[in-house]
Amino acid sequence: MKKVFTRPRALADRPTHYCPGCIHGVAHRMIAQLMDEMELTDRAVGISPVGCAVFAYNYLDCDFQQAAHGRAPAVATGIKRAWPDAFVFAYQGDGDLASIGTAEIIHAASRGENISVVFINNAIYGMTGGQMAPTTLEGQRTTTSPAGRDLKSTGHPMRMTEMLATLPGVAYLARGSCHDVKHIKATERYLRKAFEAQEAGHGFGMVEIVANCPTNWGMSPVESIDWIKENMLPYFPLGEFRTTEEVD
Amino acid sequence: MTEGQLQMIKGNEAVAEAGVRAGCRFFFGYPITPQNELPEYMSGRLSEVGGTFLQAESEVAAINMVYGAAGAGVRVMTSSSSPGISLKQEGISYIAGAELPCVIVNMVRGGPGLGSIQPAQSDYFQSTKGGGHGDYRMVVLAPATLQEMVDLTYEAFDIADRYRNPVMIQGDGVIGQMMEPVAFPPLMDPADLPAKEWATTGRRGRDALNLINSLYLDPDECWAHNRKLAEKYARMEQAEVRYEIDHEDADYFIVAYGTTARIARRSVKDLRDAGHSVGLLRPISLWPFPSKAFEGLAGQARGYLTVEMSLGQMVEDVRLSVDSSTPVEFYGTAGGVMPRHQDITEQMEKLVARTGDNR
Ligand SMILES: Cc1ncc(C[n+]2csc(CCOP(=O)(O)OP(=O)(O)O)c2C)c(N)n1
Repeated sequence: MKKVFTRPRALADRPTHYCPGCIHGVAHRMIAQLMDEMELTDRAVGISPVGCAVFAYNYLDCDFQQAAHGRAPAVATGIKRAWPDAFVFAYQGDGDLASIGTAEIIHAASRGENISVVFINNAIYGMTGGQMAPTTLEGQRTTTSPAGRDLKSTGHPMRMTEMLATLPGVAYLARGSCHDVKHIKATERYLRKAFEAQEAGHGFGMVEIVANCPTNWGMSPVESIDWIKENMLPYFPLGEFRTTEEVD
Repeated sequence: MTEGQLQMIKGNEAVAEAGVRAGCRFFFGYPITPQNELPEYMSGRLSEVGGTFLQAESEVAAINMVYGAAGAGVRVMTSSSSPGISLKQEGISYIAGAELPCVIVNMVRGGPGLGSIQPAQSDYFQSTKGGGHGDYRMVVLAPATLQEMVDLTYEAFDIADRYRNPVMIQGDGVIGQMMEPVAFPPLMDPADLPAKEWATTGRRGRDALNLINSLYLDPDECWAHNRKLAEKYARMEQAEVRYEIDHEDADYFIVAYGTTARIARRSVKDLRDAGHSVGLLRPISLWPFPSKAFEGLAGQARGYLTVEMSLGQMVEDVRLSVDSSTPVEFYGTAGGVMPRHQDITEQMEKLVARTGDNR
């Protein structure tokens, strides 16, 4: 019998702590798959964030450092400078990357730091129980915006990928989504390109993944997928924002 | 710079060169007076020896770069002065929690807030009592001369590696800015240092994964981790105490460290010339605090005068180290003002007069 689907070797054989339907698990699997295919695992050092993905080190079969909230790009910088031939990737949520860690992500990108960042944008603070994030959409109800996000008093949702695309040092930027197989495949291609950019020494690469949080959005997994399509994607357009060829 | 030969050098440059000599090839920092010559020197020197200098976007980023590099197994250093060291506290707590070796230099200036850029010792509480969150300790070494700073910095990297713990070199604006003749130890090749088998280098054939982490969600596990740290700190308290006593047979002692100890030495001389039996007790390790030096003087010392460039911080540890019947007085200047030796002398004369020394 021909095996058509198997668990990537770089993905640990244990259940995750993620809620049913959460896209963190899909993202982990994609990274593991690419680590297998690109033979990165043996040279890889991951950085797990503060957020739901703090335990990423339990699921990916490579060396890991756990970083303080928002500081993953700085920690990644320290590791990559010490071991330029290592494959260094930071995994961050939107509270981590777009709020408390804005300085670190912008300057890592601006330096053209030769690292890869996987940015999971679920428009909410998952781990702490569903507070408003910088990426929370207008009118979106969270535990700290119970009447829905009010742009007048809280500002507009931040598009980090577009912001970083203004920086000349960046080698690769894309935004993907995991709401269906077609988009998962596209996101996997984006991740591959970001990882390849690092391997080729082109510099900073980030893939933003539009994600869900059924638990804190108060929806079933299926409803959360529909909500991504109807609400997230119009505000967070998908596609490549910078490719390596543009880097001079 | 030739090894072993005396040469004039500025404090901030001396501590940087000592780090390079100790095999440190990675420096992450952010400008702040009065330590700017340190990163400036490193930026040139590290490129000569194939190292990495990076001016980070903030002290917060710098200390997290240190975390990453230390966790990846290399000798790494950062430096700052008081306001910047405040920003590093979260990172220092993580570094201590994840048990990573690194060396942090603090050229202390007047505070609180933006304070002044002149020398001070008002960061003693912050550095010795755990300025960040959680129960942790780091070795804090306070040199009084540039030669001592060079020697302590060279050693600090070994101490950090031995315990997998951050070590702080605590100077002040004077130590950083002044020039003195210094002889440097030999240039170490980092390749000759023992490999750190716990470091996250990428597995590279290793079976087990390496993880740098300070998270123990289960409170029992976190408590076990704290107990393990406490055991380590107890070992450090046993082995890493450093101090110096001038005139061990004296009746009275001035207690002072760093720049203040240099000023106090002049007071000790004047007081002795005037017939008083006064010595100097100079803590070199601020943590672990040299309590045993005081135990050795119990029954002999009739009084202590603690002098600091602060409103009185180390004096609390002095009081904890002597029995309650022995007077411990305090004299201090703060905000970047240095104490005058005449004023220290006068304070000690008063203490002596009050406690009945009539020689
Ligand atoms: C310095 C600091 N501030 C706040 C927290 C609390 N905290 C933990 S996770 C988190 C938000 C994480 O949200 P996000 O980055 O969006 O990731 P998610 O959990 O949604 O995957 C916060 C605020 C912390 N651990 N440290």
